[in-house]
Amino acid sequence: MAEMSIKKQRPKNLDLTTIKLPLPGKVSILHRVSGAGLFLCFPLILWLFSASVNSPETFATFKSIFSSLPAKVILAGLIWAYIHHFCAGIRFLLLDLHVGIEKEAARKSAAVVFAVSIPLTLIFWGVLL
Amino acid sequence: MINRIVVGAHYGLKDWIAQRATAVIMAVYTVILGAVLLVVRPSGFEAWQGIFANGFIKFVTFLFFLSLFYHAWIGVRDIWMDYVKPTGLRLTLHVVTLAALVGYAAWAAAILWRL
Repeated sequence: MAEMSIKKQRPKNLDLTTIKLPLPGKVSILHRVSGAGLFLCFPLILWLFSASVNSPETFATFKSIFSSLPAKVILAGLIWAYIHHFCAGIRFLLLDLHVGIEKEAARKSAAVVFAVSIPLTLIFWGVLL
Repeated sequence: MINRIVVGAHYGLKDWIAQRATAVIMAVYTVILGAVLLVVRPSGFEAWQGIFANGFIKFVTFLFFLSLFYHAWIGVRDIWMDYVKPTGLRLTLHVVTLAALVGYAAWAAAILWRL
């Protein structure tokens, strides 16, 4: 019986241009995107950290990087990625503990993730860059 | 009620738990470091370097990096498993990812213990 229901033809849409994700879906895919972005930028992040703590000369180099616009945009992207991954991650940990798993609560908490992560990113952008 | 018989090496559950445990470690570290930075308010190189030269901060920073690399291994491996179907290519990407992360861990240790 179980096998028959699995084999039944079901409508499916995998066209990314027509899929409208609900808010929790957006939090989820951006969690993955931000994680992948942070992973790809690890060498850059470690290099920046290394420069910042190594010597007064490398620290000066580190500070001078913050003054160019392309660098600012990349760093702002990394700050957003970290904050979004952090906020969405806490939401997922709560969902794992069965906190707020009802549809309404889950949509609300997804909105909270954006409501926290975007202003926080702007604040860090203002303070650091 | 489905009587599901769990078979296999159970590494899926182990990784699932490890991903969450490392996430909690990193979240706690982020809050601790944020608090330290708010209290110390480092204004220049000396103060900034001094924070990470402190034995406790150095230790927890390294713990953060190790957690980060374990966490990233599980997450990136999941991405390869979801999107890369040819086995040979996927295996290659797994090995490259692991090698990169082990290298980053050594690099992080070198940065911290130079201080």
